[in-house]
Amino acid sequence: MSQRQVELEVLRYNPETDAEPYFQRYVVECEVEWVVLDALNRIKETIDPTLSYRWSCHMAVCGSCGMMINGEPKLSCKSFLRDYQGVIRVEPLAHFPIQRDLVTVIDDFVTKLKRVKPYLIPKEEKSIAAGEYLQTPAELKKYKQYTLCINCMLCYAACPEYGLVPQFIGPAAISVAHRYNQDSRDGGREARQQEIATNEGVWECSFVGACSEVCPEHVDPAGALQQVKIKSTVDWYQEHLMPWRSK
Amino acid sequence: MTGKPYVREVPRFGWFFRQPRYMRYMAREVTCIFIGAYAVVLLVALKRLSEGRQAYEAFLQALTSPASVIFHLVVLAFALYHTTSWFNVTPKAMPIQAGEDFLPGWVIVGAHYAAWLLVSVALLVLAGAF
Repeated sequence: MSQRQVELEVLRYNPETDAEPYFQRYVVECEVEWVVLDALNRIKETIDPTLSYRWSCHMAVCGSCGMMINGEPKLSCKSFLRDYQGVIRVEPLAHFPIQRDLVTVIDDFVTKLKRVKPYLIPKEEKSIAAGEYLQTPAELKKYKQYTLCINCMLCYAACPEYGLVPQFIGPAAISVAHRYNQDSRDGGREARQQEIATNEGVWECSFVGACSEVCPEHVDPAGALQQVKIKSTVDWYQEHLMPWRSK
Repeated sequence: MTGKPYVREVPRFGWFFRQPRYMRYMAREVTCIFIGAYAVVLLVALKRLSEGRQAYEAFLQALTSPASVIFHLVVLAFALYHTTSWFNVTPKAMPIQAGEDFLPGWVIVGAHYAAWLLVSVALLVLAGAF
């Protein structure tokens, strides 16, 4: 295996001692086929054990290691060193407060995710003895794409609306709501609409589309949000022009 | 943790210069100003029409001035960008599931272009261009 010397510029912030973040440069020997996360691990093991960052699975499944790499929201476990020339600039995910170094405070996202009721609310309660809630392959395909979200928050770091208006519920949470709303077994749409068909919900989105461009799982949150907008608009017309059709 | 998390503010202005994709988005949004400007021209045309034949012919005469021709060309260019950039994202907003699979994006985009062509031809026929 061949090696390469990699230079990384990492944003550091220690809330106990620093007034503001600053960049620290590290030069580290890496295997050519490594990813940015491997380089950070090598730095932590051999140069600077104080460097803080989140990671877990190292296979683009857990969604923990999202960070800005050369200004782009990326999973560091999926960002190959061979794709970068020169100094690699690593920063915490944009639009989130920095807790320490590359670790961000994600409470806002978690709170919003809970608000949209990201779980199946059965249309009809059935006893276990009554068997499964059956679904056709077409019904599954209708929402399957949106089940692939790993809550990595890259879409929030890419979304300028979220950066400017932090109240925005945001791409991932609304996509998850859409995922359950599209599920033939679910009956919770009305409750979720209270959260997502609002000014802080889909109507804050102006369809920049950055969320879908950076999504590592190709969930296409921008598509989900536009579909929620259309359905919410249809709801509004039904309610006002055809009140007998709305419940 | 004793210290406070550090918040990096996003600048209210100029944030769209940070990323090419934000610039593309702003380009699409800015083109609506030109669409609005042309809507004003159409409203003026209606007003002149309501004022009688002489007023309307003076308006038509004004449209042939070099400044007006340049204005129309500029607005046409921006209107084309506006229209195509929106047509190209329609598969995201209105996916159509036929049976188990979704229709490919080009079918939805193509349907929009076809409808655009049909409406344009219909308008030209109504205007007596053929």
